[in-house]
Amino acid sequence: MATSLQFLNPTLFRSLASSNKNSSSLSSSPFFRLNSSSIAFNFKPLTSSSTKIITRAAASSSNSGDSQARETFHGLCYVVKDNIDTDQIIPAEYGTLVPSIPEDREKLGSFAMIGLSSFYSDRFVEQGEMKSKYSVIIGGDNFGCGSSREHAPVCLGAAGAKAVVAESYARIFFRNCVATGEIFPLESEVRICDECKTGDVVTIEPKEDGSSLLINHTTRKEYKLKPIGDAGPVIDAGGIFAYARKAGMIPSASSA
Amino acid sequence: MASSVISSSPLVCKSSSKKDLGISSFNKSSQISIHRCQKKSISRKIVSVMAPQKDRSPSTTGSVKTGMTMTEKILARASEKSLVVPGDNIWVNVDVLMTHDVCGPGAFGIFQREFGQKAKVWDPEKIVVIPDHYIFTADKRANRNVDIMREHCREQNIKYFYDITDLGDFRANPDYKGVCHVALAQEGHCRPGEVLLGTDSHTCTAGAFGQFATGIGNTDAGFVLGTGKILLKVPPTMRFVLDGEMPSYLQAKDLILQIIGEISVAGATYKTMEFSGTTVESLSMEERMTLCNMVVEAGGKNGVIPPDATTLNYVENRTSVPFEPVYSDGNASFVADYRFDVSKLEPVVAKPHSPDNRALARDCKDVKIDRVYIGSCTGGKTEDFMAAAKLFHAAGRKVKVPTFLVPATQKVWMDVYALPVPGSGGKTCAQIFEEAGCDTPTSPSCGACLGGPADTYARLNEPQVCVSTTNRNFPGRMGHKEGQIYLASPYTAAASALTGHVSDPREFLQ
Repeated sequence: MATSLQFLNPTLFRSLASSNKNSSSLSSSPFFRLNSSSIAFNFKPLTSSSTKIITRAAASSSNSGDSQARETFHGLCYVVKDNIDTDQIIPAEYGTLVPSIPEDREKLGSFAMIGLSSFYSDRFVEQGEMKSKYSVIIGGDNFGCGSSREHAPVCLGAAGAKAVVAESYARIFFRNCVATGEIFPLESEVRICDECKTGDVVTIEPKEDGSSLLINHTTRKEYKLKPIGDAGPVIDAGGIFAYARKAGMIPSASSA
Repeated sequence: MASSVISSSPLVCKSSSKKDLGISSFNKSSQISIHRCQKKSISRKIVSVMAPQKDRSPSTTGSVKTGMTMTEKILARASEKSLVVPGDNIWVNVDVLMTHDVCGPGAFGIFQREFGQKAKVWDPEKIVVIPDHYIFTADKRANRNVDIMREHCREQNIKYFYDITDLGDFRANPDYKGVCHVALAQEGHCRPGEVLLGTDSHTCTAGAFGQFATGIGNTDAGFVLGTGKILLKVPPTMRFVLDGEMPSYLQAKDLILQIIGEISVAGATYKTMEFSGTTVESLSMEERMTLCNMVVEAGGKNGVIPPDATTLNYVENRTSVPFEPVYSDGNASFVADYRFDVSKLEPVVAKPHSPDNRALARDCKDVKIDRVYIGSCTGGKTEDFMAAAKLFHAAGRKVKVPTFLVPATQKVWMDVYALPVPGSGGKTCAQIFEEAGCDTPTSPSCGACLGGPADTYARLNEPQVCVSTTNRNFPGRMGHKEGQIYLASPYTAAASALTGHVSDPREFLQ
């Protein structure tokens, strides 16, 4: 383990460490997002201070340690039902695209949800487009079941979706959402997918107690969403790598 | 993680809900609605007796000896703790990390991004790179991914890289194996008591060896590459006790489809599925692998089977790395207890489009099919082909539909061509398949189990009905969105090939 750690880039670590102490614009934003416009994907670890991992700016100001300053999501919702498996989210044939290669990731976004059966008459990404017009995906039970391939949350994030609200998740998919920071996974308390329609305008607002509220402006209904649970500290820290550095699992001392 | 994980403290009474399931379970109401009803009833009856105490360290638990399940013990040891309970979030040392051509490039990409372009992996002998998904294809990106892995393995001096360079003839590649989960077992990388992670959901297959094995994404894998550790939440264990003599027409695939049909595709979410009982003890390693392979189809985190003489015999012939098996304590806590009388079970299929859409094979005999596929980590091992060949030989006639055979690995392919099938007078599987009119066994890989690039052999490119020994049948799984996939055992698949309809293997086997 030590062998790999001595190559840990000190510039990277210092910029991360200092940004952890700083204010709202960076890692105090608990939603750690690596998107294609962030420098993380064009990562040149040995260069300038612009190598900080860019996170989404928090909508509200940062708080102390354990409460979460989270972002508000707003936009059109896309509604699906139960057991949407990873092959429907992104058919396995697109697994030749490598998510950590920026051009591949863009392409993955254009194919997001293309595997859905013809039961879903609205396409998530229109033919010829690279991005989706939907910001929030609303699903039923066991969303993301199937494969452990990260292509699933990656394609949704690459397509521009910000959050998914499902009744329940498959384990690996949920974990990959948290690990990649591509899309924020939230859990509803009731079966929202039966009460919302694709194209409804929704807002997801964070609450003080760690839960969230989904407001459907089209139907004028509100739904409480569950707090993020054990994944919270990982998201708060800025992803699994930042969490590990904070927890001392990856030593801060490094010599290149 | 926000989920419906039920945690139970081993200090308080065991929760138990024994269900005796035999043939009577089939007389219940329609299969299609069952899984939703069961899901609700199952989640309600499991009781959390004590909130998980996440900050508790072993020294504060007093002198009471708390029992742990196999999985808890493996994770405790791997995290250097004397005790863990379900719900604990712990850092675990990883013994083996596996990756393949689809996720390897991404995992290494993240590793380099986070640890530096010149970073070295935590242990080049604990990483196994097995190209297997999209190999025999003209797709340039697929070919590129194998090349990318070659480059990483060269830079990192990875000891186990089962490379392929000549795509025209798999036999010209002495290192190439094929399907990762079968290769891991055959090459001696599966050992009792260890922690094995893989960038593939069916990594749970290795639980058959009494180890903790589960699938992870590229980001987690990138983290493991650099540190040799992973953050895991200890799962509670569901116990499945399978007793009774295995009928001659039944296989492990029938058992796991039976179980998934019982608990649904989310019935084991975040949980361990532990399989034991006299039937399990009678299963070969390959059959145990089939059982654990589809744990993920029930949402399970991992599957485990207690190691025994069968396990040790297999493992000791393939590795010299020392290992130490662990076993569930007598006073361990399980969140659920299912008991099956296997002697009463019948061959089953999973109808389109869900692995929990269970039905008796004999009830589907009116379903006309267009093709049969025998392959994958689930049903493409040596014994799977032996079983199919045995049935074809017993029947003595030709298949009525195109029957595609995709051996999982080079070793399996060689067995198909070399090993005599018992009771056939010395014929090999390959000979029997040829006489039955099957397609010639093709190059070993994951093949069309998950569709793949357009030119993948046996890909479902039209809305046809296929009986398959694979693991998933969600819409579009093997290619065409309107394709209809019936998941089945090798016996059932072979029987169906002979009749051109979904068929119970008892039509041909006594």
